[in-house]
Parts: sequence; structure tokens; C-alpha cells
Amino acid sequence: MNQDSTKISLTNRSKVVSNKKMSFLESLYLPAIFKGMFITMSHFFTKKATVQYPEVKRPVSDIYRGMHVLKRDEEGRERCTACGLCALSCPAEAITMIAKERLESEKHLYREEKYAAVYEINMLRCIYCGDCESACPKEAIFLTDRFVPSEVARDNFIYGKDVLLEPKDAPIDVSKRQTPEVLAFKKDKTQLHNK
Amino acid sequence: MFQVYLFLFLSCVALFSAMMVLLSKKPIHSVLYLTLTFFALAGHYILLNAQFLAVVHVIVYAGAIMVLFLFTVMLLNLNKEGQFPKTTLVKIIAAIAGGLLFVVLIGSLKSFDLATVSNPAVSQIGLVKNLGKTLFSQYLLPFELSSILFLSAMVGAVMLGKKDKE
Amino acid sequence: MDIQILYKSGLIIVILLLSLVIAMYATLAERKIAGFFQDRLGPNRAGIFGLLQPVADGVKLFFKEEFMPATADKFLYVLGPSLTMLIALLGSAVIPWGNTLVIGNNVFPLQVADVNIGVLYVFAVTSIGVYGIMIGGWSSNNKYALMGAVRAASQMISYELAMGMALIAIVMMSGSLSLHDIVAQQHGIHWNVWYQPIGFFVFVICAFAETNRTPFDLPECDSELIGGYHTEYSSMKLGFYLFSEYINMFISSAMIASLYFGGYNFPFLHELGMSHNWLTIVGTFVLFAKIGFFMFLFMWVRWTLPRFRYDQLMRFGWKVLLPLAIVNIVATGVIYELFKK
Repeated sequence: MNQDSTKISLTNRSKVVSNKKMSFLESLYLPAIFKGMFITMSHFFTKKATVQYPEVKRPVSDIYRGMHVLKRDEEGRERCTACGLCALSCPAEAITMIAKERLESEKHLYREEKYAAVYEINMLRCIYCGDCESACPKEAIFLTDRFVPSEVARDNFIYGKDVLLEPKDAPIDVSKRQTPEVLAFKKDKTQLHNK
Repeated sequence: MFQVYLFLFLSCVALFSAMMVLLSKKPIHSVLYLTLTFFALAGHYILLNAQFLAVVHVIVYAGAIMVLFLFTVMLLNLNKEGQFPKTTLVKIIAAIAGGLLFVVLIGSLKSFDLATVSNPAVSQIGLVKNLGKTLFSQYLLPFELSSILFLSAMVGAVMLGKKDKE
Repeated sequence: MDIQILYKSGLIIVILLLSLVIAMYATLAERKIAGFFQDRLGPNRAGIFGLLQPVADGVKLFFKEEFMPATADKFLYVLGPSLTMLIALLGSAVIPWGNTLVIGNNVFPLQVADVNIGVLYVFAVTSIGVYGIMIGGWSSNNKYALMGAVRAASQMISYELAMGMALIAIVMMSGSLSLHDIVAQQHGIHWNVWYQPIGFFVFVICAFAETNRTPFDLPECDSELIGGYHTEYSSMKLGFYLFSEYINMFISSAMIASLYFGGYNFPFLHELGMSHNWLTIVGTFVLFAKIGFFMFLFMWVRWTLPRFRYDQLMRFGWKVLLPLAIVNIVATGVIYELFKK
């Protein structure tokens, strides 16, 4: 059976290569050259694909997984309790933390009795899979649609709480990620992660 | 006056670079100095009001022949010392050949009558119109013969360049 | 006499600066046009429309590290780019940038030197243009650079022949080697391109080859020779090489416009009823518009066609262009003789 007929075509644009002898007109190459020139010229006038980045941003998906944020609760207290589930779930082992007990005087700062004194994510190791977000029982860590900016030194890519923590006066909206379905999924005791 | 200074300058450049062709160690430098000599000579042609000759000199010698020289020398990598056998016999032969050429040059200069040279600024023979007319009327036969010479050289080159049929 | 010398010096400076500025903005134009051909916008951040981009590039090149290979021939290594730049600028001397300006009793031609061998002069300048590339390529002491230099030499010599043959047909028609006469004869719309289409075709292709532009950029050849003859160059020395390519492009475009497209002549020149000086000024602008078109053509072709293979390049030069140019000479001679009366 002919092999070509059984081959699956993905684009319908593939052409079978042939070594047939060129006609005189083809061997001059001039028609082909002018055709090529015409094609480039038609591209000269087409709409440009460039997005002028800092001024114009490409729309990203609602659940785009970019730079992390450590959320605060409604009273501005840090939600993270340093349970370490995010670090455990992280396939790239990018997250480290040091837990500390909350003092009586720090009740307005931290929601739980234990908090993360140091919370670091190595942004070069991170693969932005979002497993930390799924693992978090306190809804403290989320991936956002913000980009990690470029740096000139590797050390600068280890983000601490100073970068990751949500500023008190400028809360970061993650409501699109926190849909009822997500919350229901998180509370579902039949799922492996909540057993 | 200006032309005299220009003449002196060009002559100095020509003589210096001609000397350096012989004296420089690297063959590439020799070739480049030779090119400089040709440019100085082209300058002399312009001083003699022979612009056509000057330009053709630059095109043919500097632009084509010397480029091919440079091309060959670059590929041969002649920088290593002692590629030529410098035996005593070779040296003697070279001295005799060079000396003979020198004697011929001196002899021709001695018999040369300076009074016959017309004023170059007035002479129009170097201009392309006059040169063309002279070439195609008075010297038509030698001109055409030289073209046949070139043709034979070309045929010879093609013959040499052709692959042997096994 | 004094005022003429003063005028000529001024004209030389103006043309020199003009070539440099045009080459400078040609680099921007190239990047912009490349962007547009590829559905991008090209550089547009430095200044409005990126107009300060060439300045930024120049500043960047000045502050780059001056690198010189330890085994390089020091003097020739510096001589290479300088020579390329010098020779690239030389060509502008004989191109008639416009007709004459008449002020009072003085006639000011917009041409630095109307030598009676103008065409040959330009030809000589292009033929020695290969020296800078060869010297730079050899003195770098790098095999890629040497390969680039060797390719440049053989390519330029090969295409010079066909170029010269194409020029001969023009010279046969005009009966003069002076560029001023050749341009003046293409009065109105009597441009040489209508009488010499094959010559024009050959000349333009050879001009592409002589300026080392795609599809003839084998001496540079980023993908296989890593920049070819300027592999080892950095900083402003590299800048000189890159810059002289654009100057060469400018001069070549000016040559094509003068030889085949009537230079400063344009149709219905005299129906406009303008004074001589105004006609000259308009003519100069027309010439620059033609030059701009041909520079655009250079870029258009660069971003359309792929590079030749080396054997294809040689075969095309010797077996297609050269015979075509010779046939053109013969045909020109026959037709000229038949229709002379």
C-alpha cells in the first residue's frame, strides 16, 4: 500500500519533495524571486504583532501561574502558619521556611499561633506548577499573574517575605483563583490531600 | 610649485614602499607595500595629466592583480622561514640577474634625452579621448594583437584549470 | 577662483557629513524595515520612532571593549577598518548630486570633481574596496576571518567583471566616461534603464555583490563564518566595518540612480516653468528620493532572499552574469549602429 495515503496530515500544507526537472522559466528563478519579494512586501503592510510591553500588557489567563504572593487575612494578619506543606509538596524543592512561635504581643500580626519567621522561594528553581497553592490549608500562598522581573545576580532570585508578602495597603486580588469550586475542592475530605 | 612638492612626496612614497617590498619579513607586507607603490605611480600618472592611465593602473594592478597576489599569499601561509633553498648558487644567480637589470636601467636612463619630454600639463595624450583615438588608429594592430595574446593566456588558463578525464 | 575652491571644500564637507548621516540612519532604516517585513515594529524606544537609536548604537560601540587578538598583526588589524571606511567614502567624489547653481556670475556645480573618467574612477574605488576586508580578515589570525577575506576577494573580483561589462554598454551609448555627461544625457524621462534593461539588471546584481549584501553576504555569513572577516573585531573598529557597508550601499544606490535612472533628471522637468536654480534643488531631492528607493530595494532583497551557496555564487557570476553582460554589449553595439541614422 502506498505510504503517503496512510500518513496523517496535520496541517494540509506539507508538500512532497520532488526532484523533477525545472522548466526554463523556473530555472531562471526570477518569478520565484518576485513572488518572494511580493510576499515580504505584503507583510510590510500587515498589522504588527508587537505588544509594547510596559505600556501594553498581553492579557493572561485568569489562572495564570506567575509570581507568588503570601496573603493576609481581612485584619491584615499573615495567614501562613509555617506548616511546611507547601515546601513538602514543592516538586522543585524551591521553598524553605523557618517557623517561630507567636508572642502575645504579636497577635495583630499573625493569625495563627505559629508563623513563618523566614519564608523563601528560589524563583530559579520554581517551576510555577501551583502545587504549593493546592497544598496550603490556610489559603496563605497563591500564584498571581505578576511576572518575576529579570535580575543580574542569582542571589536576587531568592525571594524572601519582603517581596512575597502582600503589602498591607495594596492587597493583591486572587479572587479569580479562589472560586467556590476551588474552596470546595480544598475542603473535600475524600481527596488525598485532606486525609 | 604645489605639483613639485606632490611629485617629491609621491616619489618618496614610491621609493620607500618599493624598498619595503624587498625588506619586509612577511610576504603579506611585501604585497601591501607593492600595492602602495602602484598607488604612488598612479599619482604620478595624474601629475602627468594621464588620468585614464592612472585609473586603469589602479583598476588593473591594485584592484585585480594585487588582490589575487594577496589572495594567493594569504592561502599559502609563507610566514615560515627557509621555505626557499637559499644556496650559494641561487644567490649568485640572483645577484647576476638583478645586476643585469640594473645595468639595463642605467643604460636606458643614460641614453634618454630629457629635452624630448613635452610639458605634461599641456600634453593631452593621457586623456581618454586622445588615447583612444591613438590606440584605435595609429596602434590598431598592436592593440588587437595584444588582445589575442590575452585570449591565448585565457585559453591556457582554462586548459590548466580543466580536470583531466580519467 | 578662490570662491570656487572655498565652495568645493564646503561641498566636500557637506557630502561627507551627508554620507555619514545617511549611513547612520540607514542602519536604523534597516532595522525598522526588517521589523516591518517580519511583522514587528523595529526599534522605537530611543527617541520618537527610534530616531535616536543610531546615536545610542554609536555610543554603545564607542564604550565597548577594544579587543585585539594576541597573535594579530597589530598595524594591519587597525588599518583594515580604517581603509574600508576611507574607500567607502571616496566614491562620493564624482557623483553629480545635482545640476548647477547659478549665483550672479558664478556657476556652482553640485559635484565635487567632474573628471572625464568618472565611471572608471568609481569602478576603481569599488575594485580596491576589497583591501580593507582582506587586510582585516587576514590580520585577525583567525580561520573564519581568513575564510571571509578569501571569499570577499574572489567574490568581488568575479562580480567586478560583469559590473564593468554592464558599464561598458552605458559608456557605448553615452560616448563619455564622465558621470556628469552621462546624467545630463538622460534628460527628462530618457533614462538609461529603458534602453539598457539587461545592463541595469546585471549592474544591480553586481552592486549587491560588491557591497556584500544578502544574497551575496558570503564574506560575513553569520551562520557559518560567525561574522566572517570581522569575527575578531569589536568596538568602533567593528562599527567602521558595519558602517562602511551602509556607506557603500548609499554610494551604490547613487550610482544606480545616476547611471540608469537619470540622476537628478525627472519627467516634465521644463513644463514646470521653474527657474534654473529651483530646478536644480528639486532635481537634487528627486535624486535622493531615487537613492532612497534603491536603498530600500537593498534592504527589501536582504530580508527576502536566502544566501547563495559558494559554488552557486561563482557559477552565477561567471556563467550567467558575465555572458549576459557581453551579449548586452554586442546587442547594444548592433542596435546602436542600426538606429544611429
